[in-house]
Amino acid sequence: MKSLVDSLVELIRRASTDLPADVEAALQAALGREEPGSVAAGAIETILENVGLARADSTPICQDTGTPVFYVSYPAGQNTIELRRQIEAAVAQATKKALLRPNAVDTLTGRNTGNGLGLGLPVVYFEERAGDQLEVSLLLKGGGSENVGAQYALPSAALSAGRDLDGVRRVVLDGVRRAQGRGCAPAVLGIAIGGDRATGRAHAARQLLRGLDEASSVQELAELEGRLLAECNQLGIGPMGFGGKTTVLGVRIGLLHRHPASYFVTIAYMCWACRRARMSVRRGKVTFTG
Amino acid sequence: MASYDLTVPISEKEARALQVGDTVRLSGILVTARDAAHRYLVETLMQGRSSGSLSEADLALYQSLRTLLHDGLIYHCGPIVRRAGKSWEFVATGPTTSSRLEQYEPEVISHFGLRGVIGKGGMGAETLAALEKQGAAYFHVVGGAAALVARRVQEVLAVHKRAEMGVPEAMWVVRVAAVPAVVTMDSHGRSLHSKVERASAAALERLLKQ
Repeated sequence: MKSLVDSLVELIRRASTDLPADVEAALQAALGREEPGSVAAGAIETILENVGLARADSTPICQDTGTPVFYVSYPAGQNTIELRRQIEAAVAQATKKALLRPNAVDTLTGRNTGNGLGLGLPVVYFEERAGDQLEVSLLLKGGGSENVGAQYALPSAALSAGRDLDGVRRVVLDGVRRAQGRGCAPAVLGIAIGGDRATGRAHAARQLLRGLDEASSVQELAELEGRLLAECNQLGIGPMGFGGKTTVLGVRIGLLHRHPASYFVTIAYMCWACRRARMSVRRGKVTFTG
Repeated sequence: MASYDLTVPISEKEARALQVGDTVRLSGILVTARDAAHRYLVETLMQGRSSGSLSEADLALYQSLRTLLHDGLIYHCGPIVRRAGKSWEFVATGPTTSSRLEQYEPEVISHFGLRGVIGKGGMGAETLAALEKQGAAYFHVVGGAAALVARRVQEVLAVHKRAEMGVPEAMWVVRVAAVPAVVTMDSHGRSLHSKVERASAAALERLLKQ
């Protein structure tokens, strides 16, 4: 199955070197909102120029190609041990081709493995599906933005945040304020309400696969997504934290059931370089989307 | 907001003329250094130098860095590189988050005589004080602008500690031309980051009243 490895390398190339159209459109729209000649406008102009150069040269948009997170849904019966091996081979090849930076550091010794592979890296989620199609989505989750992500346990007395959607709103605003520009704003926020500390984090990151035009199908959540987008942009943090009207490009909220004792709100903070790509394989035919 | 072209070596006068909000294009020789490199600069080179316990190789590197960094610039960056014959090519070269280096940077600035630090996200009060004392500035490159900055890297002159630290953490000595940046911390005690931080805290307070 050499060809699946090749296709996975191509998936990585697309994610690393080309920004999804909806994210680029949101950046263009942001440029229109910022004061012409301001530092904020200059930052977005630089971002857009950089996106164009990376696409033209097929080189990474950002040198931090992040943690590769693969979401694999596979037809019943497919061997996931083999699939994992192929994904690992693709990550090592993409690293060799300078499409990914070697981002696996031994936590004890500080040594870099050099090929992007290590304990728990890359991250791969497997899910069996009906039908005969294999689908792989890839998210390249930047490290600097991951550092400013947050998880809140409600209620929070300090923020007067109770266990309801207004409480969610309050802690998300606080999380974005704490992040300032350090996570490479303007950000895309993946948010999970509910779950435990681990499933909440995973579900929050999964929301980043949704397009900026894909509002939640739950009406209350769709409304909160819109309100948070507007209110985050009133914080005045702006692109790179330079000050300005664009702190967040989009907010995507997902829901999980929770233990009666817990009410977690998890923010997966994604830098403006919201790099995601998807491929599907059916009867040997590979299609790339997004 | 003024605009300047600055080339390493940068004089104290040039550095002290810079104000928050000014835009610059930086040229000349830069040294990349992030987490592991800063720790090495302070805990191995500077401390070993004062106790006289540096190995021959470390002493040679120390002296080379003293020359490069005096009136020079450190760039917080972990690049993606490609082999180009016997040398290297920088493929993607944006800045990394500077605040992680706050515990080391003030000492590095004064010991090596830097005229600036290039990074993203800004740094804290102690670095701001060191910039004021030394006559240096913090240059903010747009985070993620890696393809754009890579095109301004003309030559990779050397790499230090690549085997020990790995490609992202190693110290790369590069010659650049016209890297665009914004002064967000200056030698007059001003920081755009603290200003935005205060304003956003006030904005949050207003929003939480709704």
